[in-house]
Amino acid sequence: MAILSCPLPRPATDRILLAHGGGGRLTNQLIESVFLSAFSNPVLDSRHDGAVLSANGVRLAMTTDTYVVHPLLFPGGTIGDLAVNGTVNDLAMCGARPFALSAGFVLEEGLAMETLRTIVASMQAAAKVANVPIVTGDTKVVDKGKGDGLFLNTTGVGVVVAPKTVGPESVRAGDAVLVSGELGAHGIAILSVREGLEFEGPVRSDTAPLWSAVEALFEAGIEVHCLRDLTRGGLSSALNEIASVARLRITVDEVAIPISDVVRGACELLGLDPLYVANEGRFVGFVPESEVDHALEILRSQAVSAGAMRAGTVHEDSSGIVTLRSRVGCHRVLDMLSGEQLPRIC
Amino acid sequence: MKFLDEYRDYSAVQKMAQTIRRGTTLPWTIMEVCGGQTYTIVKTGLQDLLPDKITLVHGPGCPVCVTPVAMIDYAVAIAQRPEVILCSFGDMLRVPGSMQSLFDAKASGADVRILYSPLDALKVARSNPKREVVFFAVGFETTAPANAMAAWEAKRENIQNFSMLVSHVLVPPAMEAILSSPDCRVQAFLAAGHVCMVMGFDEYLPISQKYRVPIVVTGFEPLDLLEGVRMVVAQLESGRAEVENQYARAVRRSGNRPAQHRIAEVFEVTGRAWRGIGEIPSSGLRLREAYRHFDAESRFEVEIGHREESSECIAGLVLQGLRKPHQCPAFGTRCTPDRPLGAPMVSSEGACAAYFHFGRRKEDGNSILSIATAGD
Repeated sequence: MAILSCPLPRPATDRILLAHGGGGRLTNQLIESVFLSAFSNPVLDSRHDGAVLSANGVRLAMTTDTYVVHPLLFPGGTIGDLAVNGTVNDLAMCGARPFALSAGFVLEEGLAMETLRTIVASMQAAAKVANVPIVTGDTKVVDKGKGDGLFLNTTGVGVVVAPKTVGPESVRAGDAVLVSGELGAHGIAILSVREGLEFEGPVRSDTAPLWSAVEALFEAGIEVHCLRDLTRGGLSSALNEIASVARLRITVDEVAIPISDVVRGACELLGLDPLYVANEGRFVGFVPESEVDHALEILRSQAVSAGAMRAGTVHEDSSGIVTLRSRVGCHRVLDMLSGEQLPRIC
Repeated sequence: MKFLDEYRDYSAVQKMAQTIRRGTTLPWTIMEVCGGQTYTIVKTGLQDLLPDKITLVHGPGCPVCVTPVAMIDYAVAIAQRPEVILCSFGDMLRVPGSMQSLFDAKASGADVRILYSPLDALKVARSNPKREVVFFAVGFETTAPANAMAAWEAKRENIQNFSMLVSHVLVPPAMEAILSSPDCRVQAFLAAGHVCMVMGFDEYLPISQKYRVPIVVTGFEPLDLLEGVRMVVAQLESGRAEVENQYARAVRRSGNRPAQHRIAEVFEVTGRAWRGIGEIPSSGLRLREAYRHFDAESRFEVEIGHREESSECIAGLVLQGLRKPHQCPAFGTRCTPDRPLGAPMVSSEGACAAYFHFGRRKEDGNSILSIATAGD
C-alpha cells in the first residue's frame, strides 16, 4: 500500500480565529504575543483576574470584562446579570469586596427595546444581590449587522479585604484544591438553546455573585492562598494557569469533581468534556491542608457554594502540569484546552 | 449515570485487568479500530492496567483523520463561494487542507456552520431558499445512515438548494489493507462497536478466517475495552481466530437492517483515497445515480490548487498501527493541536491529539505520567 504523507502546516495564524477567544492555549498566545508585549508592567504581568493597586494605603482591585454571549436571554440568566456577576466575581477572586461598577453598552440598530429593558432589569437585580452600585456608563449604537444585538462591558472596582496576596504565586505544595459546586451548567445551558443545536436539557446557567462565599472564608479567618472563577475554559484551564504560574503540580481526582448527572449526560451526548465547559458562578480555592474541613464547612453554609468539594492537592514539582486520577484509577495529564472544544463526529 | 457508571466502575475495571494479566503468557499486539476507543484508552490510561506483554496500537477509525486533503480543499473552495452555506460536523473545521482549514475559511468570511445532524442541514436549506446549502458528509458506517437519510429526505421533499460533499469510508476494507501490508504487526482487532451496531458483524467472518485473526466487536467504555482485550487474548492464547461480540448490549449480528437499506438505497460502494494511506479499492461510498444531483462535487465547479506534501508527518504509519504518535519526531514540537502537521493531531479521536492532551509524550509513552504519579 502506498504511504502518502500529510500536507505542510498552514501558515502561522494571520487572522483572529474564534479559538483566540476560547480561553485556552490560543488565547494565552494572543495575550502573550500581542497584549503583554505591548502593555507590560508589574501589575498586568501577574496575570490575575484583576489588578490589585495601592492608593494612599488603600488596596483596590480593578477588573474589566466584555460580554458577547448569544443568545442574550438564556435559561437561568441574561447577558445583563452575567456581566454584573462576572465582574463582581473577578473582584472577589482578588479577595476584594465589590465597591462600584461601570456599564458600557454597544447596541445594534433594531434591537427590541423590550429585550434591552429585560437585560437592564436583570442587571439591576444582580447588582442589588451583590450589593454594588452601577455608578457610570456609556452607550453606543452600531449599524444593523455590525453587532450581535448587544455587547456589554462592565468594569469593577473593589476594596481588597484579603490580609495577604491572593493569587497563583501564593499557592504552596500541600495546599488543597476546593471546587465550589457542580460544574458545567452555564456552558450547557447556553449550548442547549443556541441556534442550530437541537438539544434541550433542563439545565439552568449557574450565573451568580460569588462574593458572599469568598467573604465568608475571610471572615472565618481561613488562610486563602488563591481563588479563580471557572469561566472560559472551565476547571482545566484555571488549574493549568495556576500550576504554570506557581510552578507546582496540581493533581485532581475525577470522582471528587462535582458534576451533575444532567451536565455529564449532556456532555456525553455532545462529545464535550465538562472540565472544559464554562461556569459563571463557580470557583476554585486553594487553602492549606489544615484548613480544608473548616473551609468546606464555611463554603457549604453559603447557598452559592453549597456543593463545595475537595477535588485535589498541590505537589512540589516545577513541571507546572495538572494531572487527573481517572475514575478507573489511572493517571493522565489534564491539559489546557486547545482551540474551541468541538463536538465529535460519532 | 445509568449505562455509563457501571462500565467505569473502579473495582470491576481492576478485576477485569487482573483477569487479563493472569491469562496472558505471550506478547500480543492488538489494534483497536475506532478513534473513539483510542480516546477512551488514552484518556483513562487503560494501557497502564494491562500487562507489558500486551501492546495496543491505534487504528484508522477516525473519520477526520482519514478524510483526504483534497476533500478539505474542495470543502474550503466551495465554502468560499458567496451563495454557499457549508455545514459540517465540528471536528472537521480544524483539519488543515493544503492551504486553509474550514476554520480559516470561516475567519475570512465564509459561511461555515457546525451542525450535530445532517438533517439539520435540510432545515438550514429550507429556511435559506436563496442560498446553496452544502453538507460535508464524512465518516464511517456509523454516520452513513443519517447522511443517507438527509439525501433521501431532500429528494422526497425536492429541496433543490441542498447538496452533499461526500467522503464516506468503510471499515472492513481498511482492516484488510492493514492485514495485507507486509509490515503488519496486528495480531487481533477490537472492532468498532458503533460501526457494527449499524452493519452487524457478518462481514468480519471472511477477514478473520482469511488472515487468521481474532476480531471482537467492542464497546467504548473502559470495562468494554478491557473485556474486548480479555476476549481476544483468550483467543490468541488458545490459537483460535473467531469473530465474537463483546458489545452485545448494542450490537446484533445482523445489525440495523432499516439503516442498512437506507444506506444501500442512497449510496454505492466506490474506491476512496485515505489520507496518509492512499487509495483503497471498494473502501468508500458515493451517491447513487438517482441521488447524483445532490453531489456537491458535480454541482460546484471549483479549482483546487497544487498540494504541497510534507515528508515529516507519519500519519499513514500511525493510522496503520506501524508507529505510535510519540515516535514521530515532530510530535509535540513542530506538530501540536494548535499547529497540526496532520489530521490525527486535530480530532479528539485522533491518536496523536489524544497522546498530546493526555500526556503520553515521550519515547516510552509514559514519562510525563511517571513524573506525575510519583508521590501520589
